[in-house]
Amino acid sequence: MHGLVNRAIQCFLSETYGRECWTRVARAAEVDPGGFEAMMSYADELTEAVLESAVARLDLPREMILEDLGTFLVSHPDLEPLRRLLRFGGETFLDFLFSLDDLPERARLAVPDLELPELELAEDAEGGFAIRCKGSWPGAEFVLQGMLRAMADDYGALVLLDVVDREGGEATVTISLLDSAFHEGRSFSLAGDL
Amino acid sequence: MRGTRQEGVANSMIGLTGTALGRFLPMHLCLDPVGRVRQAGPTLERIAGVDLVDRPFTEILTLRRPTVVSDIGGLLALEGRPLKLTLAVAPALPLKGLVAGLPDGGAMLDISMGISLIEAVSRFELTLGDFSPTDLAVELLYLHEAKSVVSAELRRLAQRLNGARVSAEQEAATDTLTGLANRRRLEATLARLLGQGRPFALMQIDLDYFKLVNDSHGHDVGDAVLREVAHLLRAQCRTQDLVARIGGDEFVMILADIVEPFHLARIADRLIRQIEEPIHVGGFECRISASIGVAVRARQDASDAKRIMREADIALYQSKGTGRARVTVFSPTADATGDPDAA
Repeated sequence: MHGLVNRAIQCFLSETYGRECWTRVARAAEVDPGGFEAMMSYADELTEAVLESAVARLDLPREMILEDLGTFLVSHPDLEPLRRLLRFGGETFLDFLFSLDDLPERARLAVPDLELPELELAEDAEGGFAIRCKGSWPGAEFVLQGMLRAMADDYGALVLLDVVDREGGEATVTISLLDSAFHEGRSFSLAGDL
Repeated sequence: MRGTRQEGVANSMIGLTGTALGRFLPMHLCLDPVGRVRQAGPTLERIAGVDLVDRPFTEILTLRRPTVVSDIGGLLALEGRPLKLTLAVAPALPLKGLVAGLPDGGAMLDISMGISLIEAVSRFELTLGDFSPTDLAVELLYLHEAKSVVSAELRRLAQRLNGARVSAEQEAATDTLTGLANRRRLEATLARLLGQGRPFALMQIDLDYFKLVNDSHGHDVGDAVLREVAHLLRAQCRTQDLVARIGGDEFVMILADIVEPFHLARIADRLIRQIEEPIHVGGFECRISASIGVAVRARQDASDAKRIMREADIALYQSKGTGRARVTVFSPTADATGDPDAA
């Protein structure tokens, strides 16, 4: 698994539940408590071990931890660059949704060896959306769900999200866009402070 | 008035309304036959900060390449060629342009940020809506930002790795050739003993004739001899003692709790006799010897590491001066006579 993913999990655990929690999780998973390097790759088993030991330590369902991780990725101030990169997807939440098909390709433009799940957006009969999420690692759909929730908030949209049809490493995240301008949302200027 | 005239121009061409043209080319200028603006793209107007319609194009921008032009005739002569220009509102920001003639004698000029994109975006606070969705500019911005984030992360990684390397080097306390302590550990040990006020002797051991071995048999043999000497010295050490190599053929032994000069001289003599035993390396028989200077630090002495090293040095100098393979234990009188620099 790419170091960025591992590092994200590490930051999430240590920022949300404290350094001590991360250290214990790392030890239980036999990972150096110093943590992961974002720009290196690690064996998939290591990521799995960290998640398993986080589930055991926090006594929370894996799905919930992953969804919180997704929200954390978009909303934590330290990860502002990631939120910005996602906001390049479009001016409105709807435009952003339409840009999700390209997300793995966009990510690869930035980090060529980063493998994200394949995403396929479809409109359903009731005017809602469904994102088919394939491959990568089991549970990625929950991270996506968390990220979508936080992105909707970022754009000021009101949405209902659900994960359905989980089987064989694939899953669908359904999105009902109730109000695309529910509140003002957070600002985004093309000019970053880089 | 303005709207109908704008749309009139566009309609006469390809049936596009002015608004649609503005969406396709948000930074264009449509000029009439005398070079006045008939219509301007919305992003260009936003950047200029004023209504551009009816102004002569020369008030709005300056052509820099391929030639400077002052009227529409000059501009039309550059049709189809890549243009470099600047806007009056940002004369230091180079932009790119392309001009084409219109049937009524006017001109259509499209402008792009080119490589000034990043600066222009922050300077004019441009948004996603300021670019045509077909324009790659936003992708370029995305890529620039993503790469900046990635390279910042790589820079941090490089710094961490470099920091780790530097501290590993500093913390290394072993002489890699012989496995003895190095100067760093010697200094740490000296500081510790002095801090504890524990009595000890410091022996500075300098090999004699070692250069001869190196010169006649080569460095590999020389290195093997150094390892053999290291082995001999270590064999003479108790656990509380320390042997270090601090230079090419310079060794230092610290002997804890031994301060009696006669006893020290005997130990040193024995070391020299052992070092003088022929050393066999790669078919060669190497014969070397050693000169030794000893300095002593008794419990009540107040002293620093530099001083005791210097005293051992002076004693060693005396040993060498009196014909090698000798032992000298430093005493204040030796200080006066042994080394002219000692005062």
